[in-house]
Amino acid sequence: MAKITFITADNESITVEGTSGSVMELAVNNNIKGIDGDCGGVCSCATCHVHVESEFVAKTGQAEELENDMLEFDDLTNEYSRLSCQLQVSEDLDGVVFKVAK
Amino acid sequence: MLDTANQVCVVIGASHAGVNFAFNLRKEGWQGEVILFDSDPNIPYHRPPLSKSYIIDGDLNSNLLKPLESYKKDNITLKLGVKVSSINRNIRTISIENKGTQKYDKLVIATGARPFIPPISGIDSAANLFPMRTANDAIEIKKAIDSSEKKRVIIIGGGYIGLETAASLKKTGASVTVLEREERILARVTAPVMSDYFMELHQQNDVQILTNNNVSFIKTENGLNTVFCDDETSFEADIVIVGVGIRVNTELADTVGLEIEQGIKVNEFSQTNDENIYAIGDCTFHYNPHYKRYLRLESVQNAVDQSKVAAASICDKDLIYDTIPWFWSDQYDVKLQMVGLSNGYNDVIVRKEETENTSFSVWYFKDDALLAVDAINNGKAFVLGTRFIKGKQKINKTKLVDVSIPMKPTTFL
Ligand SMILES: Cc1cc2nc3c(=O)[nH]c(=O)nc-3n(C[C@H](O)[C@H](O)[C@H](O)COP(=O)(O)OP(=O)(O)OC[C@H]3O[C@@H](n4cnc5c(N)ncnc54)[C@H](O)[C@@H]3O)c2cc1C
Ligand code: FES
Repeated sequence: MAKITFITADNESITVEGTSGSVMELAVNNNIKGIDGDCGGVCSCATCHVHVESEFVAKTGQAEELENDMLEFDDLTNEYSRLSCQLQVSEDLDGVVFKVAK
Repeated sequence: MLDTANQVCVVIGASHAGVNFAFNLRKEGWQGEVILFDSDPNIPYHRPPLSKSYIIDGDLNSNLLKPLESYKKDNITLKLGVKVSSINRNIRTISIENKGTQKYDKLVIATGARPFIPPISGIDSAANLFPMRTANDAIEIKKAIDSSEKKRVIIIGGGYIGLETAASLKKTGASVTVLEREERILARVTAPVMSDYFMELHQQNDVQILTNNNVSFIKTENGLNTVFCDDETSFEADIVIVGVGIRVNTELADTVGLEIEQGIKVNEFSQTNDENIYAIGDCTFHYNPHYKRYLRLESVQNAVDQSKVAAASICDKDLIYDTIPWFWSDQYDVKLQMVGLSNGYNDVIVRKEETENTSFSVWYFKDDALLAVDAINNGKAFVLGTRFIKGKQKINKTKLVDVSIPMKPTTFL
């Protein structure tokens, strides 16, 4: 079980619990504003863009090439950007805070 | 804020458009009832995986648009396995097959489309013949494959759904042949380079694709089909899958005088010619400000974006539909992403990256205007293409085709 916090564009902070699936799915299931997950999690739409709070970057690891390609030219991208559909929920992510990019 | 507490919003169709609409309506602050009807008994699910991964892993629960709890949390009523049979605009009700009526203040038609079954002689009596549109179709296909000894599959139609289904079924051990009537696959939607690429990809994966092959009739004996083409070639098939396009579900709208033209005609707010009735998703014929014409699209993007626009409009907020269409397709381990509409192109630039794995992009122009980009394993081209099309960016084609120039937002200007 992992407790994961999302901070939306209007600065609402929502903490939810998850055990499996992707971070995108967790957000969609909890109606987190700004995370749509339109492509269902296959790295095709970038509607699941989050910024990992800097202190947790070690926990989320590195993005793969396709994910980076999708992010590189996005206006909202910064060094903490990830596509949340590519992050799997596990105990490793317990306590992590994500800022919704949009 | 509009007082909506005593109002009822009814949605016909609980798929990509309808479900996203319902949740967006809540996000926009709608306080009244929201009721979704769908004749499909399954908890609303993502359709794209049906032809991509679902026939392989078959887990509908990992494929839901939203879990049931989310509907409860947002107080959205789901009525599944319930078919809406008519609309009464005068007294603002809908009729539910065998179950009376439901009043509405706002009605949203999100009825999508159904597979077109072409009038091929013998098609009605063929064994194990399926379209590929619903979860049930995918489940039935999987069952038929699992219980078939020889697993010989004929797919009629070489569009995205047919090709994805071919790739997926190949992974289940089936022997697959795709019959396409046109002289190349994906003829309607892509340039010949793309058709050639996908032809080759399927050949490499041992899926046979035969173009210029129009199916003329199907003969079925003892559960075994023989599919005959115009040129008298024939193919034995344990399973036949039909993927030749769709018919839009406009009948409910049509019979009550809503404007129909290829689909249900809507304005930039996704509103029909009745101000209390909206239409969203595959069933609409809508205006695209970028391309300056009316379009009918079959894509998740369109369903989701229209769901936002309609929800905003119903809650008295200003949001108009102004997006560049995009789409994706996954076959084997190849990812295709498309943005824009290539119709009317007169110039194509193909840019092949010098990478180990195949990665290229096809840029469609009308003179100097970029219309669309197809990107194969190339997310960068997809994102940049989107940006260029949106910004009506003029592009230097000589630089674009030169792969020694890296792909960056400014390098092709
Ligand atoms: C196999 C497959 C793969 C696809 N792959 C992709 C892809 O990779 N990318 C992409 O962008 N798009 C893809 N699409 C297209 C995408 O799924 C559709 O554009 C999308 O589903 C449209 O959503 P919709 O809600 O408008 O319509 P639909 O999904 O068609 O839903 C309409 C719903 O309305 C219900 N309904 C209709 N009439 C009634 C009635 N009278 N009473 C009650 N209910 C009714 C139907 O049961 C249905 O559930 C794919 C489609 C299929 C079938
Ligand atoms: S959900 Fe589409 S890229 Fe993450």
